Amino acid sequence: MKPRLVIPALLAGAAVAVAMLAQPAQPARAQADEATPALPNVSWSFEGPFGTFDRAALQRGFQIYSQVCSACHSMDLLTYDDLAGSEGLGYTEEQVKAIAAQKQVADIDKNGQAIQRPARPSDHFVAPFANEAAAAAANGGKAPPDLSDIIKARESGPRYVYGILTGFREPPKGFQMPPSGGNYNLYFPGHVIAMPQPLQDDSVQYADGTKATLRQEAHDVVAFLTWASDPTMEQRKRTGAKVVLFLLAMTGVLYGAKRRVWSDVEH
Amino acid sequence: MAVSQNKLVQWIDRRLPVFTYLDHELNEYPTPKNLNYWWNFGSLAGVMLVIMIATGIFLAMQYDPNAGDAFQSVERIMREVNYGWLIRYIHMNGASFFFIVVYIHLFRGLYYGSYKAPRELLWMLGVVIVLLMMATAFMGYVLPWGQMSFWGATVITNLFSAIPGVGKDIVTWLWGGFAVGNPTLNRFFALHYLLPFVILGVVILHILALHQHGSNNPLGIDRKGPQDSVPFHPYYTYKDMFGLSVFLIVFAIVVFYFPNLLAEPQNYIPANPMQTPPEIVPDWYLLSFYAILRSIPNKLLGVCALFGAIFILFLVPWLDTSKVRSAYFRPVYKWVFWLLVIDAFVLGDVGAHRPEGWWIVIGRIGTFYYFFHFIVLMPFIGWFERPLPLPPSIAEAVLKKRGGAPVGAAATRAKP
Repeated sequence: MKPRLVIPALLAGAAVAVAMLAQPAQPARAQADEATPALPNVSWSFEGPFGTFDRAALQRGFQIYSQVCSACHSMDLLTYDDLAGSEGLGYTEEQVKAIAAQKQVADIDKNGQAIQRPARPSDHFVAPFANEAAAAAANGGKAPPDLSDIIKARESGPRYVYGILTGFREPPKGFQMPPSGGNYNLYFPGHVIAMPQPLQDDSVQYADGTKATLRQEAHDVVAFLTWASDPTMEQRKRTGAKVVLFLLAMTGVLYGAKRRVWSDVEH
Repeated sequence: MAVSQNKLVQWIDRRLPVFTYLDHELNEYPTPKNLNYWWNFGSLAGVMLVIMIATGIFLAMQYDPNAGDAFQSVERIMREVNYGWLIRYIHMNGASFFFIVVYIHLFRGLYYGSYKAPRELLWMLGVVIVLLMMATAFMGYVLPWGQMSFWGATVITNLFSAIPGVGKDIVTWLWGGFAVGNPTLNRFFALHYLLPFVILGVVILHILALHQHGSNNPLGIDRKGPQDSVPFHPYYTYKDMFGLSVFLIVFAIVVFYFPNLLAEPQNYIPANPMQTPPEIVPDWYLLSFYAILRSIPNKLLGVCALFGAIFILFLVPWLDTSKVRSAYFRPVYKWVFWLLVIDAFVLGDVGAHRPEGWWIVIGRIGTFYYFFHFIVLMPFIGWFERPLPLPPSIAEAVLKKRGGAPVGAAATRAKP
């Protein structure tokens, strides 16, 4: 084949390939729309490159976790002293001691006898069940997931979890709930979720007097869970700003240096 | 010849000529004066390797390669070790950036014919590095022991079961058991620590081979004299440092502001052998090869195609029959090169989707075209194409370009 013919032929081939590539995407998307609606469009203070956590919201979210979620869900990766200080939820050391002391943990005394003692700040969050088998047995055969990393472990984490918490509905007409039971949720893949609706209006009475609507509760607990998934986020963004500014300055200097070095060469 | 007036340097150099060697390889080492910014990616890849080894060693000090604790130990690094999150995010995203840099470096070599005589071994050593990187990255991805770690390891190691007769036994041997488990994690950790140093060794050979004949250049013609080149230092040390700085800005933005952009959320769920995730996909840098694997209906042939897609790169210096190195002067190959780039992206997209419906068809066309490019197009275009006339020397081409007319245009006018 002559070169003159090869190029148009190949370009035509590429055009066909691109056209075929574009085609299957559409029906797939349409199907997804019918199955699961787009996640609710909610925003939080922690979003964006300069976003930070709202401590009051984190404390309200922790209250919801403690009074509602923690009945079934563990948060094994956190310790009580994570809650203290400005990188935590803003509690003082004393407050954290008191929070920890409300829980009992298994330990041994100096004679080697098994005992229960109040939790200390250095202890990990006390789980609601002794082990996974016990958690599964008490929850219809499947242990509720640990929530430490739940926001990082889901696509569009904050909006997804908010969607689940606010997405419980009566099953639409014609929707067959499986005989094994379950609950209908707009945003859960397949719509049948084992967890019953955990939050309603006034599920808790907020310590700071905020009105506890379902949306407010979901918004707050998602803020808390996001902090729990990523407790170093604020430190990360602060450090990042310094690093990027430094690199920008260094790039400018190096560009000047490079121009100077090359100024005596024809290139 | 004294490399320095410093008495201590002279004393050392007389006994161990490291300073003479560095002087020879940096100050005297002649480099074509017309290298463009695509030539920055070689040194960038070297920097990435150093960053990966440095962060990796610090991670290994805190990581626990035990199936019962691996996931928790990575989270401990992220949450409790001072700046552990930074080291881990640099390492995790560094793998992706290392591949971006190396893939650009590889395609740069393909475009400018950097694999042609006398640089065939230089190219082949580069392909060895890519292979070692893939093995290292795959084993590194297993270490956090999340869902995708576990199931990715299961799928990829299972590929070896396609070997006729002994396949099953080989897989059991690789696993150190009858499923991916603690022994698998232990050996993957050992190898993940070892292989980067093997890569470092091959990189040194790669640089030795490079310095034998020096860099290729965008025109693809040999240096003819001192007017064609500049010493590597300070000209390219400064240019490389500037390029590195720009690269680090992009890298830092991802590490500090979008650290999980390229991560799979499923991998923040601890490995569970009883529950298969809805979809098992490798990291993005292996998706094109994964698509090739899944495009072949037969498992054994699929595995052969997967490895063939990489091994065919070893043959590129002989598959390309054109006498002209740079695609700049090759009116047909230039286009075909970009089609290969598009093909690589299309295959990457196919690899990220379930193999159903149109994706199967596109995957098969893409796979066919990939091999068609190397086995048919490369040799045939080399035979039939009429390349543009080459400029007489790098210096002349550079001067003409500075005079206003682009090199290509000048060369076209000179065509008889």
